[in-house]
Amino acid sequence: MTVAPDPSTKFQSYAHPEVLVTAEWLSSHLADSNLVVVESDEDVLLYEVGHIPGAVKIDWHTDLNDPITRDYVGAEGFKALMERSGISRDTTVVIYGDKSNWWAAYALWVFKLFGHEDVRLLDGAREAWTRAGFSLTRDETPTKASEYPLVQRDDRTIRAYRDDVLAHFGNPILDIRSPQEYSGERTHMPDYPQEGALRSGHIPSAVSVPWARAVNPDQTFKTRQELTEIYEVEKGFKPTDSVIAYCRIGERSSHSWFVLKYLLGFENVRNYDGSWTEWGSLVGVPIVKGEEPGLAPVAR
Amino acid sequence: MSVTSTARELQDDFKEASVKDRLNLLLDFSENLPSLPAKYSDHPDLLERVEECQSPIYLFVEVEDSRVKLFFSAPPEAPTTRGFASILHELLNDEPADEVLAVDDDFADTLGLAEAVSPLRLRGMRAMLFRIKRQVREKASA
Repeated sequence: MTVAPDPSTKFQSYAHPEVLVTAEWLSSHLADSNLVVVESDEDVLLYEVGHIPGAVKIDWHTDLNDPITRDYVGAEGFKALMERSGISRDTTVVIYGDKSNWWAAYALWVFKLFGHEDVRLLDGAREAWTRAGFSLTRDETPTKASEYPLVQRDDRTIRAYRDDVLAHFGNPILDIRSPQEYSGERTHMPDYPQEGALRSGHIPSAVSVPWARAVNPDQTFKTRQELTEIYEVEKGFKPTDSVIAYCRIGERSSHSWFVLKYLLGFENVRNYDGSWTEWGSLVGVPIVKGEEPGLAPVAR
Repeated sequence: MSVTSTARELQDDFKEASVKDRLNLLLDFSENLPSLPAKYSDHPDLLERVEECQSPIYLFVEVEDSRVKLFFSAPPEAPTTRGFASILHELLNDEPADEVLAVDDDFADTLGLAEAVSPLRLRGMRAMLFRIKRQVREKASA
């Protein structure tokens, strides 16, 4: 049995109100036997500095990725990770992290590749917890016993590969990187290392909506109405569109993917996790430099 | 103690620890990073930003009588970056400039941290060492 959703008024207008929780709700549900809280951060040591009582740590780099192939863990690896995190197939998982929940959203997306049903984010990210006056702890979280089935990863429904992008031309593509990365001035967001791509610019026809437009200064998500205004009214995306979102390695675009899919209810939105580190180095694929989206090439 | 023997000690400490304990050791270093003296905290313009790190970190190098003094500034919400800085502080601070310049550029890769923090994150530490050496070179010849 999963845990009943957070009934907060703000969430009710979202297409899927059940995917977000507030710090207050979380604090009153920490003892629920079928709820596991997961911290997933950019900084690999932040969990050790202090975490929500009872939370387990799942690191995108060291836990969710295959150490050899550039890919996520497979069925065996995910099962093992879930079991050492005390998560069963019907557990309600609440994920939170640093940096406005980028990595938390990325982890949520990987959980969804494996079809885990009930995964939620803490609205307002890691800071929401301390801002609400709740404390963090360094106490080690005791491991709960759990059993998780072997589930094959579904790489078709919410994940796009480079060939899917080539076949997608003519449909909307969402580039959520900074304006400088989009135009080709940089290969990584400002203040981050330049890395990982031989060309800079964007995928032809991709529309730029930097991820941060979806959040308030306190890292909580904007309201349904504000999000509709940005993605649907201003940028012209439609909930029935097939959309592919990308960034640099897929973490910030997981955040925007979450917004489109769960807060706005887009039916068919995929995250291209190869993103710019792949596309910007691929031989022979088209790119566009500058501030205009450019024309979509013929799909192939 | 020479830089070479400190380096060996650091390598032994990290490599002998389990992957989990390597993280705890890095956390200890992170918490022991000396805070910035007022002459630099009041003058952030004097500090050099290490762009290669995921989190904002600034460093400043002084060379006096051919000895190197290191100063770092990184926020508490960036413990990994602070840990990297603190290891380099332990290794290089107050050591002769020529010994600092002789440190292996691949030092960051010799601590067994790639498994614990991922190779991508380790790049920040390589970059810090690179920038420290560059500043030492500039300042030792000035």
